[in-house]
Amino acid sequence: MAKPDLNDSQRLSAESLALIDVEVAKYPVDQKQSAVMGALRIAQTECGWLKPELIEYVADYLEMPAIAAYEVATFYNMYDTQRPGRHKITLCTNLPCMLMGAGELGEYLKKKLEIGFGETTEDGRFTLKEGECMGACGDAPMCLHNNHVMHTHLTTEKVDELLETLK
Amino acid sequence: MSLLTPNSQVCSWTQALDNPGSLATYVANGGYQALRRVITEQMPGDTIIAELKTSALRGRGGAGFPTGLKWSFMPRAFPGDKYIVCNSDEGEPGTFKDRDILRYNPHQLIEGMAIAGYVLGARVGYNYIHGEIFDCYDIFERALSEAREAGYLGDNLFGTDFCFQLHAHLGYGAYICGEETALLESLEGKKGQPRFKPPFPASFGLYGKPTTINNTETLASVPWIMQHGGQAFLELGKPNNGGPKLFSVSGHVNKPGNYEVPLGTPFSELLEMAGGIRRGHKLKAVIPGGSSAPVLPGDIMMDCTMDFDSIAKAGSMLGSGAVIVMDETVCMVRALERLSYFYYEESCGQCTPCREGTGWMYRVIHRIEHGLGRPEDIELLNSVAGRIGGHTICALGDAAAMPVQSFLKHYGHEFEHHIEHKRCMDGTGH
Repeated sequence: MAKPDLNDSQRLSAESLALIDVEVAKYPVDQKQSAVMGALRIAQTECGWLKPELIEYVADYLEMPAIAAYEVATFYNMYDTQRPGRHKITLCTNLPCMLMGAGELGEYLKKKLEIGFGETTEDGRFTLKEGECMGACGDAPMCLHNNHVMHTHLTTEKVDELLETLK
Repeated sequence: MSLLTPNSQVCSWTQALDNPGSLATYVANGGYQALRRVITEQMPGDTIIAELKTSALRGRGGAGFPTGLKWSFMPRAFPGDKYIVCNSDEGEPGTFKDRDILRYNPHQLIEGMAIAGYVLGARVGYNYIHGEIFDCYDIFERALSEAREAGYLGDNLFGTDFCFQLHAHLGYGAYICGEETALLESLEGKKGQPRFKPPFPASFGLYGKPTTINNTETLASVPWIMQHGGQAFLELGKPNNGGPKLFSVSGHVNKPGNYEVPLGTPFSELLEMAGGIRRGHKLKAVIPGGSSAPVLPGDIMMDCTMDFDSIAKAGSMLGSGAVIVMDETVCMVRALERLSYFYYEESCGQCTPCREGTGWMYRVIHRIEHGLGRPEDIELLNSVAGRIGGHTICALGDAAAMPVQSFLKHYGHEFEHHIEHKRCMDGTGH
């Protein structure tokens, strides 16, 4: 397989590469592949999503086969292998959240954003996703903003406020 | 409150203090004393394992396996790399206790893992953290830095030969990685697909090396046990069910949250601590141990105590201690539909009975919920569930089957009503 074309637009910033190096250092020297989950997360945080060239770049950086990195990127559901909107809202609708009104919140969000789960608004501002258990059920209902920021105890008012702050 | 106080707040005592997760708070209240004593006195590993066996500490992640026995499976004297891994991939619906340990008491987990490393002959440990709680991963990374700087992690701890390093690994959205061998695959940078057992991780674990995997709460209990002795821990609970346990109470209660109470506490008391049922409603059903545990009707639960043996006797599992409470307004068809979707979505796809069966079950329950159910569907569901359980590499298949079987067993009449009348029973659902 040809080496990915590492032109400047596909490289990661020095900051991101430094963060990836921190991940690599956690594992035995002959087990760099262990850092692929962290490396893909860091790459996605910088670039917004994991386009194929970026996954190949990360695989190359970790000296692992590109297909093995693709497998990881497509197996774990917080990686975006399709370009999402600027703000990805992942709403947990699992049972404990459902008991606390997540189903109704989901309908509210769909109506307000005029999209369904798994869709992106026309202006590219929001993507709405249905999530599975986030491990914070006592604070239900909840959502994640761009994977890393959790908003809990949601109500329609709090959803309105949140969306308003996300430009 | 401190680690030196032998009360039932084994993991949650820091929450009453200022800066609960900080090293300063932890050390000022007895933290890292057990580790120091174990290492500087060169305490024999067998002594520590015997203490754990006395304590009757059972795995807090769901299976309830005796921790001392699990540790004794490790080939401790075997030369070469060995690993201790903590399973903080808390994704079982209803469970959110390990998140609070990571946020408010990370150092007790670090200390527990270091003691485990000492006993098991592991020089490196990993803590695998659920992807969705990024802020807790951040907090834990900071706690690791603090511990390294203070000399509780690293080379030649307390001036001895013992070296132990610990790292955090963040998952990124896969329930299956809570299964221990899927977690190991994921740690190796692969898809999280469970391995066939045997060989068990104690002989072939991370990178093929002997590995012990314990839950967060389990490992965080170890410093307390070493501080106060296994007997004191045992006496906090009941025979064969040592210690207190964190119960995550969610759903229709006035005060959802984590409650650390002695094993053997009556369910009715736990419910009262959680503020009782919301709006004065009646208790309908409880899933006592995370979504994979069979559901139990409220009146059966009111006669149970919260421990492994009592809940098992009632026909369910204490599991992870995630107590999902449902009041009289819940449509059990809709509740099961959502749970079944979860297992369908999260099946790793490796074993045909689970990959295909979870989809069949979800689609059949979906059509019942949406007024398209057929009279034969209940038998069909039981049949499919029975053909998944026990026929897969890991327990996700059983976890998907048990809710279906238990909902049909206890609430079959609601499913029949849905099929016949194409809507919920009066007073439930929509």
